[in-house]
Amino acid sequence: MTAPIDLEARDVVRSFGGFRAVQGVSFEIPKGSFFSILGPSGCGKTTLLRMIAGFLEPDAGEILIGGRSMAGIPPNRRPANLIFQHLALFPMMSVAENIGYGLRRRGVPRAEIQRRVDRVLERIGLPGTGDKQIDQLSGGQKQRIAIARCLVLEPTVLLLDEPLGALDLKLREQMKVELKLLQADIGTTFVYITHDQSEALVMSDRVAVMSQGRFEQVDTPQGLYYRPRTAFVAGFVGESNRWQAQVMAASGDEARVRTTDGLELMARTSAPVVVGETVDLFVRPEGITLARDAAEIGALANRLAGTVESVLFDGANSRVLVKELQTRGEVTATLPQTGRFADLTPGQTVQLGWGTGGGLCFGRGR
Amino acid sequence: MTPAARRYVGLAVFMTPAALWLLLLIVLPHVDMFLLSIRSKAAQGTLGLANYTRFFAEPIYWNTFARTATYSVLATLLTLLMAFPVAYFIAKVAPGRAKSILFLLCLLPFWVSELVRTYGWMILLRESGVLSGFLVWTGLAAKPVEMLYNDVAIMIGLIYTSMLFMVVPLVTVLDSLDDSLIEAAYDLGGTAPSILREIVIPHAMPGIAAGCIVVFMLTLGNYLTPTLLGGKESLWFTEQIYNQFIVRFNWEQGAAFGFLLLILSSAIVWVGLKVTGQTLASSIQSR
Repeated sequence: MTAPIDLEARDVVRSFGGFRAVQGVSFEIPKGSFFSILGPSGCGKTTLLRMIAGFLEPDAGEILIGGRSMAGIPPNRRPANLIFQHLALFPMMSVAENIGYGLRRRGVPRAEIQRRVDRVLERIGLPGTGDKQIDQLSGGQKQRIAIARCLVLEPTVLLLDEPLGALDLKLREQMKVELKLLQADIGTTFVYITHDQSEALVMSDRVAVMSQGRFEQVDTPQGLYYRPRTAFVAGFVGESNRWQAQVMAASGDEARVRTTDGLELMARTSAPVVVGETVDLFVRPEGITLARDAAEIGALANRLAGTVESVLFDGANSRVLVKELQTRGEVTATLPQTGRFADLTPGQTVQLGWGTGGGLCFGRGR
Repeated sequence: MTPAARRYVGLAVFMTPAALWLLLLIVLPHVDMFLLSIRSKAAQGTLGLANYTRFFAEPIYWNTFARTATYSVLATLLTLLMAFPVAYFIAKVAPGRAKSILFLLCLLPFWVSELVRTYGWMILLRESGVLSGFLVWTGLAAKPVEMLYNDVAIMIGLIYTSMLFMVVPLVTVLDSLDDSLIEAAYDLGGTAPSILREIVIPHAMPGIAAGCIVVFMLTLGNYLTPTLLGGKESLWFTEQIYNQFIVRFNWEQGAAFGFLLLILSSAIVWVGLKVTGQTLASSIQSR
């Protein structure tokens, strides 16, 4: 699998005043893949995207699109197009004029523009809407027109700046699937930035988790979820119960740790730790087995008992908040889908258990 | 009282000052003016349109009007050309604080009365003035140059007076233009001239129309600036109205001229709106 590299960044750095927004980011994106940059607001992802689009120049480092250095090339001459957060469709033009804008600027003949606009409208499933005005379109249609306006130029890389952020939940879920299918269909390289982990995980082939101007980890969605390499990724991707703890004993990639509130737990380590080291321990709610009887979970390495504080029912994503008996600390666990715990009420006593592999700890250094 | 009736009373209370202002200061004087304009000065008691037909019969009158209208259109266009970059800079380029300072600088000359401002220009332009003195001092001119009392001087004065009324609606309308539209056009291959033509100007059109209407009307109806900077030969239409009222004491003719100015200028604005495809409503809202 040696697809050519469509977009490459080499040690890209950018500061604003004294603030280093992007500090030494490098990555390679193979042709035809869906790449997401995921991070909290202010992590530098927008700055990075604007450097790829050409609105900002890096202070140091290099950006290559299709193997060609983009240094000094303005946005209007780069083979990358950007879909803006609020889409930025031109309200003074019809749908067809919007889509044809880039082609007109390239001096494509009128008849050819017409043909290509019709073809791209067909492709995004909105044939015959060319004469409509922008304000006659629904949110989802605007989204697709904005994509069509870029795709018609056949860019090497399509950049998307959280374009789903402004949509309501239902439409957002639908557009996630649509975008992924569209990308798979046309095969253009997509670079998608978002702070919404679900968008990144659902759509992407690979995701880069960004924090404070650096890439924490670049991996497949599964890799990020099951094998986070840093505490930040473990905390940011998916949900977790989190403890601060100290290593009591370590052997291989397993450790026995003692949390600050006094629980002794077994966990996997991502990197070797030494006794006495302070670690962050993460346990996913969905990794915790819930039981009414302690015997049911007797085989698991970590066992806690607690009283149900509240049941957060949310269909397939239901959780239960448990107050641990020994430390009075709160633990969140996912309710199984079977309905075995459908009658769970606050105040009841439950048993929580998870194996050594259910907990993951990251050293903080001594 | 029913809620509906109460609402009407409330509305009436709040509308009264505006309604009185309209009725007493706009409608009544104009009705009286119109009645005056259809009376004949020579044959007392007879009514007719003689005062209006005289405007078209005498070349000096409609020539003066045509000259005034042409120069007003020209002044409006020149003001637009000069105000647009200023407004664009204030709305889109200048950072936060500089924005309000620049806006204030545009406003500053208007803290001085129009008369004083016009005298300022006279001090600069007259034969013994600053500019003339400078030219002689540098040796560019052998003897003092008279730069007042010509059409260029009138134009300078009119544009200077109108600037703010063009800048304000343009800044408002350009402020409302989303920066990402400009960036998107740039990203899609647009160049500065094409973005200006296809994105910025279409968006700014209501503001351009609003500014042009205000500046055109102010210029056409300006009396002070053309008279002071253009002198006796300025041939501005408002001067004709003044002459009829004050010099000749022919109020009937003056009233007719006043009405003609109103009708013809409205017609020009209407044609301008039609040509540019704008509506009066959109340019008044101007956002």
